[in-house]
Amino acid sequence: MGAGHHHRIHRPGDTPVHRLPPQCKLAAVAAFAIVVVATPRTAVWAFAVYAALLAAVAAVARIPPGFVLRRMAIEIPFVAFALALPFIGLGERVPVLGLRLSEEGLWAAWNILAKATLGVVASILLAATTEPRLILQGARRLRLPPLLVQIAMFMLRYLDVILDEMRRMRIARESRGFVARDLRAAPVLARSAGALFIRSYERGERVHLAMLSRGYTGVMPVLDDAAAPPAAWARALSLPAAAAVVAVLALTVA
Amino acid sequence: MHVPDGFFNAAVSVSAGVVAAAGVAVCLRAARRELDDRTAPMAGLVAAFVFAAQMLNFPVAAGTSGHLLGGALAAVLVGPYTAVLAVSVVLIVQAFLFADGGLTALGINILLMAIVTAVVGWAVFRLVTAVLPRGKPAITAASFLAALVSVPASALVFTLLFWLGGTAPIDVAAVAAAMGGVHVLIGIGEGLITALTVSAVLAVRPDLVYGARGLAAPLVLRTADGETRVPQPAAPAPAAPARRPGRFLLGGVAVALVLAGVVSFYASGDPDGLEKVAGDKGFDAGEEEHGLAGSPLADYGVQGVENERLSVGLAGIVGVGVTVVIGGAVFYLVRRRTGDETAPGRVGDTGRAAV
Repeated sequence: MGAGHHHRIHRPGDTPVHRLPPQCKLAAVAAFAIVVVATPRTAVWAFAVYAALLAAVAAVARIPPGFVLRRMAIEIPFVAFALALPFIGLGERVPVLGLRLSEEGLWAAWNILAKATLGVVASILLAATTEPRLILQGARRLRLPPLLVQIAMFMLRYLDVILDEMRRMRIARESRGFVARDLRAAPVLARSAGALFIRSYERGERVHLAMLSRGYTGVMPVLDDAAAPPAAWARALSLPAAAAVVAVLALTVA
Repeated sequence: MHVPDGFFNAAVSVSAGVVAAAGVAVCLRAARRELDDRTAPMAGLVAAFVFAAQMLNFPVAAGTSGHLLGGALAAVLVGPYTAVLAVSVVLIVQAFLFADGGLTALGINILLMAIVTAVVGWAVFRLVTAVLPRGKPAITAASFLAALVSVPASALVFTLLFWLGGTAPIDVAAVAAAMGGVHVLIGIGEGLITALTVSAVLAVRPDLVYGARGLAAPLVLRTADGETRVPQPAAPAPAAPARRPGRFLLGGVAVALVLAGVVSFYASGDPDGLEKVAGDKGFDAGEEEHGLAGSPLADYGVQGVENERLSVGLAGIVGVGVTVVIGGAVFYLVRRRTGDETAPGRVGDTGRAAV
């Protein structure tokens, strides 16, 4: 789970997708994900249309397919689970390629694979075309609790610092001949985790005092709170709107 | 492991989202009461720590390794409210910035990995420390048990949600057995790492461990005249009385009920998950095995075969009800319990802030 986090997904660029205000993109991706999840799984063609929509967005944003594919590795555990479903699922068995598989399990596997993949690709496109800092700004403009957004901002700001501390501790351990082989290594690693916590907490206190001395009162000053123009909203929401039309069609057909 | 999109149906996803939002809102208010304007930087740095600690791989046996989930650890180290906030923020950042965990499943992920682990972990921790004699060994043992119980508890809630609105046609008893078995093992690892980490922090900075407040010996000044005990600084006047979140919670529950009932009406055009399983007699088999025959939900599912949409709507509403009642009960207990001891907590906090 943690393996994929070392590499930031953001891919700088200057395309129409990159330039959209972050709050519009956030709302669009969230709405798109909800529409995808609400689509009946029997409407296979609808999911093909969704994939085509995302491909179009990726093309406009000039995100190469390989970039998206590499970062989709994050859903592998659930792919494994989905692939097991036809074998362990309940219900009537149908012969597929000489195997007797659960029909219901096949549908469920398709359902999870299709929806999870579309959701992951949509999230990857959002993160690839939007700076992390801007995503949080967008969240604030979408009226998420300001305190929550502030916490996320602090986390993001100091994440690399904390990760660097952890990396330095690892180098220090390994330069003293430490190799984590089995459970006996756990106390050493736990002491590192404890030290990391103390350093993080103390850094938090120092950051707080430094901010107090600069006039912090619990609220971060808002430098730019420009509302997104309606045209930007229209452009961003065209993705979930198109998906919603497809979903309604799929519901009425089904 | 983060739940992706499409794993749960829309009704359960939305209901869990509303419950998670209500839980986070309660924690935001409570954390601000405990930490004042320190909330943002402290919770932010703790979130960064949790994120980093999740990357620390602990070797279990040859070839396999595990890592912390961190909910119970954070609850013991910084208190349940800040812990829920920190882990929730980690999950939010992972969903939006790292595409890890579905956006529609964010509520489920927060409910399972932040709220359930931290609340259950803290409840177990308080219980064990209340029973055992005071001291550092008790704190370490309580941390172990808290983390140990928190992981299967999270798996249990996962199974409950799966029963209400999972999209995979697996016998619920099988899910419960598989999830329970695996997560007891994971829980042992989590407990071990948590206990070791807490004892490492206790050895260096016991004042930083929220769960060990009040353990520090009073300051004694030894002068020529003898020893004088410095009294603990008086607790500051309690902050403005906390407004009870009753109205807010009621509103959230109402919204969840409407969404669960209405959304599922329109969302589940095809016989999805629950009622399909019921139709395939999956629940019937499950009932015989683990005695769910008396469960009203099983009845809804079975009756609902004639009217599938109604069935999902009802199941969604019942799901919200069950989740809210359980979550509400746990929150109420925790609030009561921590409410009793805000005074010593504030002393410790203000003392720390002044250092």
